[in-house]
Amino acid sequence: MTPDLQKADLHKDERHTADPGGVLTGIHFMDGDHACCEGALAAGSRFAAGYPITPSTEVVERFAARVPTVGGTFIQMEDELAASITLQGAVWAGAKAFTVTSGPGFSLMMEHIGYAAMTETPCVFVDVQRGGPSTGLPTLPAQADMMQARWGSHGDYEIIALCPNSPQECFDLTIKAFNLAEEYRVPVMFMMDEVVGHMTEKVVIPPADQIEVVPRKHTHKSVADYLPYGTNGDLVPEMAHAGDGYKFHVTGLTHDERGYPNMTPPVQDKLVRRLQNKILNAVDRISMFEEEQIEGADVVVISYGITSRVAQRAIEAARKKGLRVGKLRLITAWPFPDKKIRELAAKVKAFVVPELNLGQMVREVERAASGQAKTFAVSHAGGGVHNPEDILKVIVEAGR
Amino acid sequence: MTDSVNTDLVNLEVDPVVNPVEAFLRSDRMPHIWCPGCGIGTTVNSFARALIDSKVDLQTLALVSGIGCTGRVAGYVKLDSFHTTHGRAIPFATGMKLANPKLNVVVYSGDGDLSAIGGNHLIHAARRNIDLKVICVNNLIYAMTGGQSAPTTPDGSTTSTNPYGVFEPSFNLPHLVEAAGAVYVARWTTFHVRQLARAMAEAFQKKGFSFIEVISPCPTLYQRRNKMGDGLDAMKFYKEKSKVRHGAPTSEVGLTMTGEIVVGKFVDRDRPDYQNLMGAQYTHSLGDRYVEQPPVEQEPVCS
Repeated sequence: MTPDLQKADLHKDERHTADPGGVLTGIHFMDGDHACCEGALAAGSRFAAGYPITPSTEVVERFAARVPTVGGTFIQMEDELAASITLQGAVWAGAKAFTVTSGPGFSLMMEHIGYAAMTETPCVFVDVQRGGPSTGLPTLPAQADMMQARWGSHGDYEIIALCPNSPQECFDLTIKAFNLAEEYRVPVMFMMDEVVGHMTEKVVIPPADQIEVVPRKHTHKSVADYLPYGTNGDLVPEMAHAGDGYKFHVTGLTHDERGYPNMTPPVQDKLVRRLQNKILNAVDRISMFEEEQIEGADVVVISYGITSRVAQRAIEAARKKGLRVGKLRLITAWPFPDKKIRELAAKVKAFVVPELNLGQMVREVERAASGQAKTFAVSHAGGGVHNPEDILKVIVEAGR
Repeated sequence: MTDSVNTDLVNLEVDPVVNPVEAFLRSDRMPHIWCPGCGIGTTVNSFARALIDSKVDLQTLALVSGIGCTGRVAGYVKLDSFHTTHGRAIPFATGMKLANPKLNVVVYSGDGDLSAIGGNHLIHAARRNIDLKVICVNNLIYAMTGGQSAPTTPDGSTTSTNPYGVFEPSFNLPHLVEAAGAVYVARWTTFHVRQLARAMAEAFQKKGFSFIEVISPCPTLYQRRNKMGDGLDAMKFYKEKSKVRHGAPTSEVGLTMTGEIVVGKFVDRDRPDYQNLMGAQYTHSLGDRYVEQPPVEQEPVCS
């Protein structure tokens, strides 16, 4: 190991914890939207730009009320196009920033998710999913933005997406979302759904010194040595902020390590592959699951978000019938855990994938399983959650 | 011509070898992409002079551009510079200014970027009176994409998307931004390089949403298609047609294809900017509970 890398590792080992000013330590009875806001504050975010949209608005409403008491800014922008780029201006000025929306607004934000991916702007986009397409079901749940979160902006890029299934996770995983955004300099999609956003449960907020936060990967290089998009082996460049004195350039155009536009195929290839590989090479580190009785299972139910809680009942009912059913909950939806699914596919008869859409993540499961195990969708067009009976029927069919 | 326009640039001592504005440019990115006769480079020259004259701290200056020919300015200035998405330079700059109020944030973009795709952000930033300096280079057309109509293209001219002539009424940008709330509004042409530099320097002294429109030639697309000659002809045209009317009611400064170009400082007023209003409101409502946003921690930079 070179001395430089050792130093980099030492820096990584330093433990950074939350600023107590933003942490509402205690036991709360709180809905998922509010818990998400508290997670953002605990993670050190002091900037949000938003535009009202059901069922996500409570997140920014709480932020607007809380942030002037902890030193920060909320601005309600004129539309989601504005909100999704205002937050990025704030990030380049030194803030940790996020925005919150739902389906129609998420659609409008797509160009700026691509801009964040291309310029490697660490930030968080919260999408409290509702039924679509178009205006769809403003007040009712769906999980139909999962593919949009992954592929919605043009071009090749990778993002990270997390799926909480409770208000507690809305708190915990929002912090994780900010930490991942900083670690990989990538926009992180926080894929809530209307039910998780509006359900009220116990939320435990720990003391600030028990909350780990990942600081910005700020450069300490000299002005002469600093390359805004130069990397040092780990594929994630060091960042500078406006006003630091580096006089750097940021562009959404294909750029070289100096950040200068260079629209040639070799530079495009190098840049776009790095943007992908910084995430794909770290899938194992980024992926989070909840697993239950996977060993020896014939059928594994793969779910995420609110559907994982509905599926639980079906899984337990199937076990009572004597079926060997495992549960795999995707906490990280993107990058998709191909390897994990492939390994499982070799051991089980079938996967059952209930989700509040007409078939999105199930296709990923089917692709990763590569025919080694059958894959059954339990689709639902949204507007409510599954009847556990419907999931149970498919589990039984899959177990035959 | 009622104003004695002095276009002479040599009041500064000029080193015969080094261009005085070179210090503000990324010379490693030259040559630039702008066409011969284009006015955008001229506006950058005036901008650099404004920086020299106003002695703005360059370390705290950030420049934000959108997309288009003028959008490329961000790539050529030796500043913290951000080439954002089409139409969204103003909201990006808004986030930057609010997150670190110590920054001087300049938005440098074109008429199509700022007033068509970005028109909503333009009026809302003016309404909020965000402390931004907006320099709008108006070449009356979408040039980067090959000469399509813009909201500023004058009636009667032809473009690639109005091959039989433009019939849509065009925006009078100074009138629009004044109505929306801008505190400083001026218009000059690329013929008025000194006046333009002075206006830019003046805007730096202003707190709030400032807007400077610069009428600028596009010989390649606008003039060629409309048989208006080359860059030099544009200068002659501007010289002949421009009329300095400081304080002119902005309702009277709309542009036509061949008519008078009213230039000057139209609006210079004071009203509290967004951050002022925000601080006052929170102080009023929250009293001691209001915690001001702490200054951005400066990371140590080795030189």
